[in-house]
Amino acid sequence: MADIVLDKVTKSYPDGTVAVHGIDLEIADGEFIILVGPSGCGKSTTLNMIAGLEDITSGELRIGGQRVNDKAPKDRDIAMVFQSYALYPNMTVRENMAFPLRLAKMDKQLINQKVEEAARVLELTSYLDRKPANLSGGQRQRVAMGRAIVRSPKAFLMDEPLSNLDAKLRVQMRTQVSRLQKQLGTTTVYVTHDQTEAMTLGDRVVVMRAGYIQQVGDPQTLYDSPVNLFVAGFIGSPAMNFLPVTLESGLLRSPLGDLPLSDRLGSVLSAADAPRKLIMGIRPEHFEDARLVEGTDGFTFTAPVDLVESMGSDKYVYLNVDTRGGDTPASTDLAELAADAGGADLPEQNGLVTRLSAESRVREGADARVWLNLDKVHLFDPSTGTNLTLREEVAAG
Amino acid sequence: MSIGSTTPGAAAAGEQTREQVRPERATRRKKPLSEGKRQERRLGWLLCAPAAFVMVAVTAYPILYSFWLSLQRYDLKFPDEREFVWFENYVTVLGNGYWWSAFGVTMLITVVSVVIELVLGMGLALIMHRTLIGRGLVRTSALIPYGIVTVVAAFSWRYAWTPGTGYLANLVSPEGAPLTERASALAIIIGAEIWKTTPFMALLLMAGLALVPDDLLKAASMDGASAWQRFVRVMLPVMKPAILVALLFRTLDALRVFDNIYVLTAGANNTSSVSMIAYNNLIRGLNLGIGSTMSVLIFLTVAIIAFVFVKLFGTAAPGSDDGSKR
Repeated sequence: MADIVLDKVTKSYPDGTVAVHGIDLEIADGEFIILVGPSGCGKSTTLNMIAGLEDITSGELRIGGQRVNDKAPKDRDIAMVFQSYALYPNMTVRENMAFPLRLAKMDKQLINQKVEEAARVLELTSYLDRKPANLSGGQRQRVAMGRAIVRSPKAFLMDEPLSNLDAKLRVQMRTQVSRLQKQLGTTTVYVTHDQTEAMTLGDRVVVMRAGYIQQVGDPQTLYDSPVNLFVAGFIGSPAMNFLPVTLESGLLRSPLGDLPLSDRLGSVLSAADAPRKLIMGIRPEHFEDARLVEGTDGFTFTAPVDLVESMGSDKYVYLNVDTRGGDTPASTDLAELAADAGGADLPEQNGLVTRLSAESRVREGADARVWLNLDKVHLFDPSTGTNLTLREEVAAG
Repeated sequence: MSIGSTTPGAAAAGEQTREQVRPERATRRKKPLSEGKRQERRLGWLLCAPAAFVMVAVTAYPILYSFWLSLQRYDLKFPDEREFVWFENYVTVLGNGYWWSAFGVTMLITVVSVVIELVLGMGLALIMHRTLIGRGLVRTSALIPYGIVTVVAAFSWRYAWTPGTGYLANLVSPEGAPLTERASALAIIIGAEIWKTTPFMALLLMAGLALVPDDLLKAASMDGASAWQRFVRVMLPVMKPAILVALLFRTLDALRVFDNIYVLTAGANNTSSVSMIAYNNLIRGLNLGIGSTMSVLIFLTVAIIAFVFVKLFGTAAPGSDDGSKR
């Protein structure tokens, strides 16, 4: 077991493209850290550099305090689980799991003992003599995990290990991976593009985009205080709503109506460099059926209901509000988020997603009175994507 | 599952199979085909029929005819002595030193050239597979020998080894004439074969290399395998089906070696292959009986080798399912 330190690690290719821009990251011993981001954000490249499968162009990588930039993968003592599982098709489950140990010239009896032990932990004992071709996806995934844990390496690297499983199995395996990691206490770096996986698994989550780290923090911090538009939109499902707002004579002009400036927002916007045109971000759960929260502070507006999805515990209500507006400030963050969400394939999303209590009586086709918790909204600078509300919180805290 | 069965018995069988969990296991048992399946099968036969007919016309007929000829004493120089002699020709051929000498030469050329081709071809395939810069150029230049007509290539080898004018002859043995001695002539024949067909081997093996997933090699290097261990313990086993196919193709090909020998030595100094002596007997000597017997024996040898490859080593044609299931 060991800590992993990335010190200004950069990856650039001969053709000039830079996949990872000088990343600084300290991963504590025993920590479960998640690298998350849309495809092409450099998360897999970063993982491969830690593994030694790709060279580090500049910067330093230390594992357990030792510089390993020039060490071959096999000399770094780390194990990796691949999305494709990468099981050796010609070997049985037992041979697959024993392979790294046999290469290490370990004593036969000890190998057997370790393999049996790993198989017991992963509930693979009855499959030890099968070939990978005769296993289900979940079993193969477990064999891949087994091959990693038999070695008791310094760290585990996992490259989207659950992406090839179907949804139900993925959730099961997610808890199993989490439990296993806690049980073994081995430093783990886990790459995924799925923000749910990132939120549920990691001690800390690293959100990456275009080769840069956007934010590092525990899942709740990322959710509550995203530093910029990208993190705000990427973390959370359904995603945060974004509305164009304009600051005019002490009011925030938004497609929902004119919002009063609370003290919180007022102090943010009183800063000299605050722009006039902003993007407001509201999480779906910060809306509520106005009928249920009479008398509570906040802003109430009326909007036509497009669709109601009842989840039992609560209701997702889609409101017909023009969130695109004629004068939406252009934002590269938003464009990128849309592209990641498959914006090219889907019609552009226009409207608000709200999560209301199950008791709400709103009906499709009718108008609904909806309450909005102004204390929870975020304001972003459209040109830089920075979360302006956070600045005030940091200052206050 | 057969639900559309017509007979009552079949309907009962359908009930049984429906209860089984895995449908593919049920189909393995003999059971009446449903109407739709039968239609499909009939269509399959109909679609195959033209190709099957052509195959019969151009291969089955000549094979059967030469077998028929091989059972007769039939020499065009003495047409009156034509006679049905059962297997007498086989006794003659198999009891003859020339045949066995040619058989030995053929086997020697086959084994030596195929083994060397496999090693060189694998190297070439790895180079072509790994090259990043000038990939097209590397591949094209590697394939040039295979693109040249065998006879033309054989002539260039002959001229190169001709004493006095050939640069290789002058370089290697300025005094002697390598093509006139058995051992050196055979070596040159094998060399020409290897030079000519290694690219073909490399092409087949490169297709096999493409079958090895990158992740597998990455996983192996993470597991602590050196480059050689990755090659032997991961790459080769995964490539095995492609290697066997390449070996089968090349073995059968090498067994028929003719053009190179014809041009380089014309079979002098006991360098004939079985194809050469079959040709000499059949076409030059006009002895249809003996010549056909030799052809049939060559055919049998090829069939046995193919059988061994397919049944014992489990070689499968590229793309067929059986190969991947093993």
